[in-house]
Amino acid sequence: MVRSPSHVESAVGVEELITGNERIRRGKKRSARKQRAERPKQGFFRTLIQVLGELLITCGVILLLFVVWELWWTNIEANTAQQQAVSAFAQEFQGPVTPPPADAPPVDFGPPKVMAAPDQASTVFGVVYIPRFGKTYSRPLVEGTAPAQLDTLGLGRYDSTSMPGAVGNFAVAGHRQTHGAVLDAVHTLVPGDKIYVQTNDGYYTYVFRNNQIVMPNRADVLAPVPTQLDAKATERFMTMTSCNPRFGAEERIISYSVLDSWQPASAGPPAEIAAQVAANKKAG
Amino acid sequence: MYGWIFRNLPGPLWFRIITTVFFLAAAVLVLMQFVFPWLSQFNPLNDSTIGGGV
Repeated sequence: MVRSPSHVESAVGVEELITGNERIRRGKKRSARKQRAERPKQGFFRTLIQVLGELLITCGVILLLFVVWELWWTNIEANTAQQQAVSAFAQEFQGPVTPPPADAPPVDFGPPKVMAAPDQASTVFGVVYIPRFGKTYSRPLVEGTAPAQLDTLGLGRYDSTSMPGAVGNFAVAGHRQTHGAVLDAVHTLVPGDKIYVQTNDGYYTYVFRNNQIVMPNRADVLAPVPTQLDAKATERFMTMTSCNPRFGAEERIISYSVLDSWQPASAGPPAEIAAQVAANKKAG
Repeated sequence: MYGWIFRNLPGPLWFRIITTVFFLAAAVLVLMQFVFPWLSQFNPLNDSTIGGGV
């Protein structure tokens, strides 16, 4: 018997019909079944690309984790360390924590007492209160501006500058975003805002004057008269430096304040921060 | 790579999942406690001092 040509044609046609999606579907089913039984051997190049891709994804995840650590975890760690340092200082502090009665006549305590600079870096020798940053804002004042001090202990004093209350420039540095973010809100200071510095000798009240944004190499802001290298200091300045802009470090934001008043530890804290001074003492 | 490691972990599925979680947690801990603090010193965005006075 001879097959008619039309018969052959139709057979080919059926084969062709299966070739499209159906073949792909069948193929997938087959390979899935095969995979379950035993994984097909991958080519070397394919494996290489896959491992490389997974390593790159891992690098990305680790970098994201670093950002989380830097912006979130360092603050938790530093806040804990700073709170402990503040309450340790408050425990050692000799003097009443109640302010003088509001109706008491103002007393002139004379020129502020200036303590000697601590011998060792990382010594916590005071606490800084800035009510503009929050009623409970109290951060340790530590000797030195190396990462070892700034990263855990708050505001670091430039050891080339004066001590609190002295004629000249008392300068501190603090982190803006990370490690406790001690000066995060520095741009919200308004002229006239009070900055209180507590040392074992007493309380120094500085009044904020202005902010200035400078390049990171402008060391002259630390001069006894800030930015005027030749001038002879007659006033008692306080200068705070931090990163600018927020989340960046292309510039520095400098905050200048000037001493307004001083009272010895025996006179009690200024009324505005008395509650926080007492709270710090209790927290230990 | 991670698929290969997961398949080659010993034990039943639930045990391999626990092992994976444990190793992930250990990796995060080592990174947070040791690697990142060390890496942080090379991060120029952290410098809040002036005049290169660090």
